[in-house]
Amino acid sequence: MTATRAAAAPKARHAPAAGRKGVLRTYWPQYLAISPFYLLFLVFSLVPVLFSLYLAFQRWDGVGDMTFVGLRNFQFLIKDSTFWLSLYNTFVIWILSTVPMLMLSLVIAVLLNSNVRFTSVYRIAYFIPNVTSIVAIAIFFGAVFSTNFGLVNVVLGWLHIGAVPWLTNEWTIKLVIAFLITWQWTGYNAIIYLAGLQAIPTEMYEAAKIDGAGPVQTFFRITIPQLRPIILFTVVVSTINGMQTFTEPQVLFGGNASINPDSGGPGQAGLTAILYFYREAFGNNDYGYGAAIAWAVFLVILLFTALNWRLVQRREKEAA
Amino acid sequence: MAASRTKKPVPLKRLALHLMLLGGVVISLFPFYWTAVMATNTTRDIYSTPPKLVFGPELFNNISRVFETIDFTGSFLNTLTVACCTTVLVLFFDSLAAFTFAKYEFPGRKYLFGALLLTFMLPAQLSLIPQFVIMVNIGWVGTIKALIIPAAANAFGIFWMRQYIMGAVPDDLIAAARLDGAGFFRQYWNVALPIIRPGLAFLGIFTFIGSWNDYAWPLIVMTDPSNLTLQVALSQLNTAHNTDYSMVMAGALLAVAPLVVVFALFARGFVADAVKGALRG
Repeated sequence: MTATRAAAAPKARHAPAAGRKGVLRTYWPQYLAISPFYLLFLVFSLVPVLFSLYLAFQRWDGVGDMTFVGLRNFQFLIKDSTFWLSLYNTFVIWILSTVPMLMLSLVIAVLLNSNVRFTSVYRIAYFIPNVTSIVAIAIFFGAVFSTNFGLVNVVLGWLHIGAVPWLTNEWTIKLVIAFLITWQWTGYNAIIYLAGLQAIPTEMYEAAKIDGAGPVQTFFRITIPQLRPIILFTVVVSTINGMQTFTEPQVLFGGNASINPDSGGPGQAGLTAILYFYREAFGNNDYGYGAAIAWAVFLVILLFTALNWRLVQRREKEAA
Repeated sequence: MAASRTKKPVPLKRLALHLMLLGGVVISLFPFYWTAVMATNTTRDIYSTPPKLVFGPELFNNISRVFETIDFTGSFLNTLTVACCTTVLVLFFDSLAAFTFAKYEFPGRKYLFGALLLTFMLPAQLSLIPQFVIMVNIGWVGTIKALIIPAAANAFGIFWMRQYIMGAVPDDLIAAARLDGAGFFRQYWNVALPIIRPGLAFLGIFTFIGSWNDYAWPLIVMTDPSNLTLQVALSQLNTAHNTDYSMVMAGALLAVAPLVVVFALFARGFVADAVKGALRG
């Protein structure tokens, strides 16, 4: 980062004036120029984050007085079976979406990289799901997977397969949400992998060919190891996004999820951790408990990301 | 690619490749086709067995029912205003800050930029409740100010623009402008801005799309049911009229179409820039 610093940096011109006042007098345009982000961050992110840590130890409905309750929110959280269910749901949906998504992405990227024409047209077509509104797409999935009239069950009927109650069964609810996420992110990840594939020097492939390596061997010995940093990147991003799944189940299973005991669908099978947070905080106005859930989910994300990181790095060491 | 110079893939193999890739394209684009099919037929046509698989003549009828059921114009204008204002503010504040970080030396620069990168790590839900409380206290709940102002500058944009400016704006040019007596803001406005237009185009589209599709925060803070954003209004239309597919799909089509058009117009460069942005992060 420092290597690219401007050679023309005005540092040399403005000889540093002595004292704090001098610094401000000299550099005020620069500080002014970067200040909007830091002011907004302070007011709308940093103060709120600290305040939510404080809130996690209070009972508060947002209107009346706050009461300090110590660790009681967290003690309740540990025994709250709905919270654990929501974490479990989040994990299952994350695995059901991330694993097929990243594998498919890699396949598509390899296909796109094998010297076909119209690559740029393909790239645009594969990217479009990623810029589409999740709300619209969740509504679409709700219609297509509807038990009585959905297109999926109609097609299954043509194949003489009985109707599947997609949006009422515990497992198919998760499958539909995972499918939605997979649809939205596979192309995006494929295009990122493609960029990584194009950066692999062709000499490596030629050398492998001379050594008599087949396509499968080349794939596992050259392509995968060379892509490892990018694979790590996509895994981390998918983890962070997956742990925060909210809009898909919220739209699929009704707007008044806040007061609905079935929020997240029948049996709460689509109740994700952040949807549960939303229900407790903004449905039940339990701000203290909501803040506690938010912090717990944050810790889970941190732990899980670190775990992923370690796992990939250890593999790297083994490979070396 | 060099490998193919010696031996071109056999036509049959190439055909299979394209067929597989086309299969993926069909899956990617099918929802748009089917949404349009449902939006141009009556709900009864969709329910019938076998269902209609092609466009019908009912689009305008369905759209007019959307307009009767929700305040489509109002929420559309809200979303358009929010997306445009946010985009303009982000472009100005982010590029100005990025220009400063890329081309100027000042005390604390390294730490300030490091702090900026750290803010990437904070997930949104940690600050949601207090943000809402703040909005209640300053009286912004239910107004689009609550959507625009907190989003007016962001770490991703500054980070991305800084990388872009370091590569696109030559130091000599700024040095020359300074010799001509241009001050800091003149250097930004007259020298840097015209050069970085392609970068601004990417960041602008990226911000516009994100703002247009935003859901969780508008859902929380736009508490007045007669004053919503498009995504929230669409979600409520779906909840209240779940069985009237043709109308709900017409609404979905109206909410998605403007964005897909914007994206299609700029797509080529955008996809390449988005990849660069992701990989730098």
